[in-house]
Amino acid sequence: MASPLKCDLCDNLATVHLTQIVNQKVHKVDLCETCAQAKGVTDPSGFSLSDLLLKASLNPEPSAASGLRCEQCGFEPEEFKKTGRFGCPACYEALTGMVDPMLENMHKGTAHVGKVPEHALERKELEDRLTALESNLKIAIDAERYEDAAKYRDEIVQVREEAGLAQIGSI
Amino acid sequence: MTRIRLARNLANHRFPGRADEDERSEILSLCRESLAETPGLKRSFSVTMEELDSQQRQLLVERHLVSRELIDAKLGAGAVINRDQSISVMINEEDHLRIQVLRTGFQLKKAWNTIDALDTALESSLNYAFSSQLGYLTACPTNLGTGMRASAMMHLPALVIVGHMEKVVRAVNQLGMVVRGLFGEGSDASGSIFQISNQTTLGEAEPVIVKRLQSVLKSIVEHELNARDRLLEKSPGKLPDKIGRAFGILKHGHLISSSEAMNLLSLVRLGVDLGYFPEEQRLAIDRLFIEAQPGHILHRSGKTELESEDRDCLRAEQLRSEFANFMSPNYDSFGNN
Ligand SMILES: [Zn+2]
Ligand SMILES: [Zn+2]
Repeated sequence: MASPLKCDLCDNLATVHLTQIVNQKVHKVDLCETCAQAKGVTDPSGFSLSDLLLKASLNPEPSAASGLRCEQCGFEPEEFKKTGRFGCPACYEALTGMVDPMLENMHKGTAHVGKVPEHALERKELEDRLTALESNLKIAIDAERYEDAAKYRDEIVQVREEAGLAQIGSI
Repeated sequence: MTRIRLARNLANHRFPGRADEDERSEILSLCRESLAETPGLKRSFSVTMEELDSQQRQLLVERHLVSRELIDAKLGAGAVINRDQSISVMINEEDHLRIQVLRTGFQLKKAWNTIDALDTALESSLNYAFSSQLGYLTACPTNLGTGMRASAMMHLPALVIVGHMEKVVRAVNQLGMVVRGLFGEGSDASGSIFQISNQTTLGEAEPVIVKRLQSVLKSIVEHELNARDRLLEKSPGKLPDKIGRAFGILKHGHLISSSEAMNLLSLVRLGVDLGYFPEEQRLAIDRLFIEAQPGHILHRSGKTELESEDRDCLRAEQLRSEFANFMSPNYDSFGNN
């Protein structure tokens, strides 16, 4: 406490101190002159801190996020600190340990209660069924249960046809 | 003006900031294909940023149809804009899709209904990235959940004059809303025009957010009207003086910067509210707020480049000719207030 505050974004001495109340919680951000300028913080009251908060909230314990990596796109937590953006939609699941603590400060709640895309959910269900069938198929083949395998193969074809659109946008 | 935007991304694709050129082009063509078949977007204007020169891009930004981030984006950035410019969709901005609906006045609920239907239609052919826990998955976690930013622009000259904006901003923040100045960088609000929008996107349903924003807007309007009444009561000469001077400069000035123009137009607009000018002139003022922006002045000049003094000169020229047709203020009229 006795030592002068460091800027939340770099290691310079913080001279600009901002406080904002988000969801009844008080958030403090300390910035150096340069970072404050760069972020356009001239009038603290007219400025949204959410962007800064999400970076600052990561600073205290970088260890909590270390070692995490998104298998889909290769994204690592270090990159998030630089850009404040994730790499792909799958990052959120891969990096849950880092995402969850961040959300509490950032949003009203931590669970979505709004609109649900019906088609996306249907497609996801079909994809999940396919994954299950494919693994069953593999097990059946390994166990030389060829009759079962043929059954699974037929089902897979059928689900693929049903899914149709599920092919769109997949890599 | 009311604006609602939705951030959407395609499943199984990297976000634009991390995707390579091939992937961004693939995303661009997938999105354009779906958009072309979406009701309400047929026969719309579809461009990539590479196809436009810097002047054309600037015009789109000044009309609030695309963001500055989009025109600075890497290869594969595109926009689809409908005929009456009330719908625009940005492709490969921060997210794969940024869908935006614009409406005049405070028509938030209508804007939501329009964008909701558009989004549902798009979703039948695009595979959105969605998680039942976190909602629509976005490049930046501040947009998770609904991916929705609902906003309204407000003209608050009296609150600025009496110095109450800071108080308003703080109160609005506590209700989960953010206030930004519309013109100028950061929070420097030339023209006293502010954008009020929801701060958070996760943990509340869209109609709830829209409703809360609506009630916040209503109470800000009340504060603004109170501030006007108090000003007129306490120093009756103050507003007429400011408005009359603004009118004089707009009508007779020869060098007017963009920020000065915003401030002067803002005062004359207040004059319309107070009944000093006929209501019909509001439309011209609102148009001039956009046409006095640097990109529009450059476009009008037919040149490819202008020194800032030449631009200020052309701006003043245009304003002089517009205001030559304006009726002089009538301070005895109490039309609207
Ligand atoms: Zn710093
Ligand atoms: Zn990823």
